[in-house]
Amino acid sequence: MKKFSSLLHNLILTPSRNTKIKLLQDYFKKLDINRSYALAILSNQLSFQFIKASKLRELVYEQVDQHLFDYSYDYVGDLAETISLIWPTKKDGKSQNLSTLIENIKKIKKSKINTEFSKILSELSNNERWTLIKICTGGLRIGVSERLVKTALADLYDKSVNEIEEIWHGLEFPYENLFQWLKNETSKPKIDFKKLFHPMMLANPIDEEKDFIRLDANEFQAEYKWDGIRVQLMVSSKSVSLYSRTGDNISSAFPEIIETTKGDAVIDGELLVGRNFKPSGFNDLQQRLNRKKASKDLQKKFPVFIRAYDILFYKGKDLRKLSLVERRKYLEKFQKENKTNQIDLSFIINFSSWDELTKYKNNFHDDLNEGVMIKLKNSEYLPGRKKGYWYKWKKNPKLVDAILMYAQRGHGKRSSYYSDYTFGVWKESELVPIGKAYSGYTDKELLVLDKFIRNNTINKFGPVREVRKEIILEIAFDDVFLSKRHKSGVALRFPRIHRIRWDKPLKEILSIYDFKKEFNL
Amino acid sequence: MDFINHQLFIKDINVHIDPIFPKKTAIITHGHADHARFGHDHVIATRQTIDIMKIRYGDKCAKKFTPLRYGQKYSIKNFDFTLYPAGHILGSAQVLIEKNNHRLVITGDYKVGKDETCKNFKLVKCDTLITEATFGLPIFQHPDPKDEIQKLIQSVKINKHNCHIVGAYALGKAQRVMNLLRQQKYNETIYIHGSLEKLCQYYSKEKINIGKFEKVSSKDKSFYEGKIIIAPPSALKDRWSRRFPNPIICMASGWMTVKQRAKQQGIELPLVISDHSDWNELLDTIKKSKAKNILITHGQEDALVYYCKKQNLVSKPLSIQGRSDEEIE
Repeated sequence: MKKFSSLLHNLILTPSRNTKIKLLQDYFKKLDINRSYALAILSNQLSFQFIKASKLRELVYEQVDQHLFDYSYDYVGDLAETISLIWPTKKDGKSQNLSTLIENIKKIKKSKINTEFSKILSELSNNERWTLIKICTGGLRIGVSERLVKTALADLYDKSVNEIEEIWHGLEFPYENLFQWLKNETSKPKIDFKKLFHPMMLANPIDEEKDFIRLDANEFQAEYKWDGIRVQLMVSSKSVSLYSRTGDNISSAFPEIIETTKGDAVIDGELLVGRNFKPSGFNDLQQRLNRKKASKDLQKKFPVFIRAYDILFYKGKDLRKLSLVERRKYLEKFQKENKTNQIDLSFIINFSSWDELTKYKNNFHDDLNEGVMIKLKNSEYLPGRKKGYWYKWKKNPKLVDAILMYAQRGHGKRSSYYSDYTFGVWKESELVPIGKAYSGYTDKELLVLDKFIRNNTINKFGPVREVRKEIILEIAFDDVFLSKRHKSGVALRFPRIHRIRWDKPLKEILSIYDFKKEFNL
Repeated sequence: MDFINHQLFIKDINVHIDPIFPKKTAIITHGHADHARFGHDHVIATRQTIDIMKIRYGDKCAKKFTPLRYGQKYSIKNFDFTLYPAGHILGSAQVLIEKNNHRLVITGDYKVGKDETCKNFKLVKCDTLITEATFGLPIFQHPDPKDEIQKLIQSVKINKHNCHIVGAYALGKAQRVMNLLRQQKYNETIYIHGSLEKLCQYYSKEKINIGKFEKVSSKDKSFYEGKIIIAPPSALKDRWSRRFPNPIICMASGWMTVKQRAKQQGIELPLVISDHSDWNELLDTIKKSKAKNILITHGQEDALVYYCKKQNLVSKPLSIQGRSDEEIE
């Protein structure tokens, strides 16, 4: 437990990705039952039935005065940390290893949970207690993704992270088959792929300046990029299930898909809201997201369908090693055999030069697609964001000029710079913020802005600095919506700094009214 | 105790304790900027506190200075003042005020734990205690500073190609970190931010063992690999720290108890080293002082007031202007 808790402690305090990987690798050099538990915890697959946040509060009130705890919790702002710090430690507690500890906790009977779990907490050190409570309450929030853990393991044991990704969803605690394979004692674990969520193939943004010179247009085909949510549809004679990009089963939220789909295949596509295969925008789709169930009424008002991009399995046959063009034939075959009102096919754009494709990208005036996807015709279906196969090319963004109002220090590599900016437009004689951005500028622009902010602060609100209203930023964004949550009444989708407008006087900045008019709000 | 108000002002004789604006007579508990200010007519303090004020603000930062030894009585009319060691930093003092057989102690900032850089805290029995409460929450239970400084030494050993920049307040904490390193047999030169230089020289002159130190200069980046650099916390976040090779950002402070705080501030190696009393020490001091009347200043008063009331002590918070900033230690 000591080792694992100091691993978590170090991970949470380390901003650097490489250092995190190094820390993980040091820990996973040995592969034993403790590491099995660690892997389950880091990938959020371990939980205790009886011990949740409310139970922990109950227990801590038995140990310390409730008011003193509440004062402390208010100050710290994190339940696990407050309890771990305030809990009276028994100095002579013996250190247990992670697996023994967890197995002991699992064995505790519900009727004895209070005394036995309290006893365990008392015997742990501060940091171990923090770790255990984090495990109990779930969601570690230590800045380590599942992907990072897999990357660390893959690098350490000379495997590719894609191979791990591919079998990941078919693995189960205690991951013996995974560990044996990592140690080269056995071959790669055999998984029943048909029943598994398969990590999706993702695209990289295209670099207009470099890639179009480098890449041969004839080797690629394109499709429109739709602004919905990416899904994987798994259908067999026995069942139909729908998964989100992260592998969550979202079937129950979209009964119309589940009820109507037939056949035997695994399909990759985009879930959209609309009638007769006409998508009606992301705002409508949002009405259907983050819900466990969908009422008949909701299904009627915001019907969903899937625009299919790709097919991974057809009648039990693994198609992922075939080329995109070959797979498309299977996809068309599947669709012909199992026609429904809930699945259509993504349109293929054929083109012979990048200039021609540019026309497609810009001519398509419909606001509902975000640009085009450019896919290598003979690309296999590879999990993750592999370079050189699929690219996304977004439409030119929408632009607005706004005035820099507030700034905050950034994170990660920008940590010592003022790199998070809030900007606004006029509303009568005052400025109202319309968004916040922390990317898009060049390193040089960042230095200039940082210096300006340091020398022109007129007010400080905690970490936030208000600056003299002198800098005009050209903001790029994907879309704009009305929003009741913001003072200005609008919310931008993915705003970023496009450039600094040294040339423009403050007075020429739009008012919020003109801004809304310009974007038809 | 009616003779002193919530601003620590004794009206009868026009004396202030640690005033933040220029006053006629000011008794100063210690040299930190939130207690010792520029421009009083008459400053009464320990010799070291006066020296420190002169280093920071110049020889003429007050018109008149009266240095007092610990335990030496100083009277103004029918008020007797005595300074006792507070164990906070070099020269820090508690103030005992006696009037008509009533004993009132203002602790100033204090810590009970051992510290080689200053005289150790002396408990003074009294009727009224005005105590600080910087760490007045039961989550604050300071670990042994030796273990904390060992974490730094171990990290330096393991990470040979990094330099360690330790954030520490320029007066007191910086020198304590240096002294703790020496206690643990770290004998390398310690590199310091320019703003620490005069104070470090003063500590050396006062025979505090902080060992060999040198101001950071624009040497080759690689020179600082494997070295320990001490800088004020404000420099950590600043561009200043970018000149060093793969810096590991450390911070020596009682606030480092809370991981989330450390993380927010971008601290990779938190060192829980405090110059204030922790929760148990605060309670212990209150108890042993035998005071029936407890006034609480500076910091997390609520929990401590609540605790005192439960012990049937008369207690209330004193909110002194300009003393709520967490950054100040």
